[in-house]
Amino acid sequence: MTSIYRKRLFVNRMNLVMSLGTMVFGMVFLLWILWILFAKGFAALSPTLFTQMTPPPGSAGGLANAIYGSVMIVFVATFVSTPIGILAGIHLAEYGKDGWIARLTRFINDILLSAPSIVIGLFVYTVYVMQVGHFSGWAGSFALALIAIPVVVRTTENMLHLVPASLREAAVALGAPMWKVILKVTLKAVRGGVITGILLAVARMSGETAPLLFTALNNQFWSADMNAPMANLPVVIFQFALSPFDDWRSLAWGAALLITLTVLVINILARTAFRQSAVR
Amino acid sequence: MNFETVAARPEAEAASPNEAPPKISCRKLDFFYGKFQGLKDIALDIAERRVTAFIGPSGCGKSTLLRTLNRMYSLYPGQRATGEIIFNGQNILDPGVDLNMLRAKVGMVFQKPTPFPMSIYDNIAFGVSLYENLSQRDMDERVEWALTKAAMWGEAKDKLKQSGMALSGGQQQRLCIARAVAVKPEVLLLDEPTSALDPISTAKIEELISELKEEYTIAIVTHNMQQAARVSDYTAYMYLGLLIEFGATDTLFLKPKRKETEDYITGRFG
Repeated sequence: MTSIYRKRLFVNRMNLVMSLGTMVFGMVFLLWILWILFAKGFAALSPTLFTQMTPPPGSAGGLANAIYGSVMIVFVATFVSTPIGILAGIHLAEYGKDGWIARLTRFINDILLSAPSIVIGLFVYTVYVMQVGHFSGWAGSFALALIAIPVVVRTTENMLHLVPASLREAAVALGAPMWKVILKVTLKAVRGGVITGILLAVARMSGETAPLLFTALNNQFWSADMNAPMANLPVVIFQFALSPFDDWRSLAWGAALLITLTVLVINILARTAFRQSAVR
Repeated sequence: MNFETVAARPEAEAASPNEAPPKISCRKLDFFYGKFQGLKDIALDIAERRVTAFIGPSGCGKSTLLRTLNRMYSLYPGQRATGEIIFNGQNILDPGVDLNMLRAKVGMVFQKPTPFPMSIYDNIAFGVSLYENLSQRDMDERVEWALTKAAMWGEAKDKLKQSGMALSGGQQQRLCIARAVAVKPEVLLLDEPTSALDPISTAKIEELISELKEEYTIAIVTHNMQQAARVSDYTAYMYLGLLIEFGATDTLFLKPKRKETEDYITGRFG
């Protein structure tokens, strides 16, 4: 064994150990979080979680109203943000390119992307909740959509940039107008990536608490009215976890586990099911 | 936009092979990538229903020339062409030319196979449905016709619904040729169509070119001089953006008029 070979072997092992170490360090915390969630929340998981309303302190109950509220608020937000985000992403990647409008949009989008969610909650509180005079599910969707749009814009644009110029040229060479090239060829080529982006935005929205505190607030009772304060999982967790009541705290753990599992499933789905259809 | 009428073309000092009438005539054609001039004062005629080959070292402007013939360069700001390219009596460099219509008439096949992310059938139907409103039956017939033209029907007929991206490289390239032929263009531009393919696929595509020239005007860019000699009727040798020599393929390869051409085709270039 020559000395240079020994040296390379040593450097290689050093790097391997360091990268493994950092990976373990990260994984430990992730598994720790999951472990605690399961330990504390698993007891609260029961069919009644999905059938009963959030209870007053000291009595049994579930999370049905909060689950429904969360699903509705996130659904509406996704429904609104997806087309806006995709269209804006198309504009940036295919039309705006390096023009000043596109560069300005990209800059503002990056700011929105990193804006603290509580600021977005306060913004919607000021421009919408204060004006209409009451908290509501719509306001919650509004705030969440503002969080999701920049995510979708960014992923759509990035994905479209991955489409090789040759594919675009091939479609143009057949005499196809630009909009058909985009809709039928380039967007289709990166469909998987764009859907992944949307699912990741959904995952992010389902966990956001701060924007909902100022907009949808909460509701102890069953309410399907999007124009009224609406129960939702993050705010229920926030309120119940801070309470002195054991059954509330247990429900909060259940809700936390539920959100985590949902986000986990969405993430896994996004990263596996839609990956193979991305650009080759 | 009307490309149908064949108008009088200027009688210029262009390198013009006699017999076959020109389908495309370039005059005083200059091309610029920003400040860099990619083509310098090109004048040549591309004969109808013949194969015209463009050879020359990398960067000599042969692909650039091909990309001016369907205005592909117009996708990119900063690239521009001046002069004349007369196609069916009209200068296609004029502002206001319907580029989509032009490209439907002047088809192109690229160096790398570029199947669309859709089924084999849809790959071909995509271009056809842009300008023609065919019934399902007519479309089925057109797809079969195009695949047959591209010598692909036998291999593809049982997997029309499969993704075009699942085919081998040679099959993908023939699918791309079928796709270009399916819209029934008048001219086919082939930009190094076989450089990414193995010898067997290359041979198939060369056979195909010989068959296609019965009906189409073909311009082919190639790095392979044997290929140019095999498939083309006329050959243009380009160097540094200039058209050095243009003439019947046999003459150019056997008795080149210019020293530069001879050096290049005999491998003494440089």
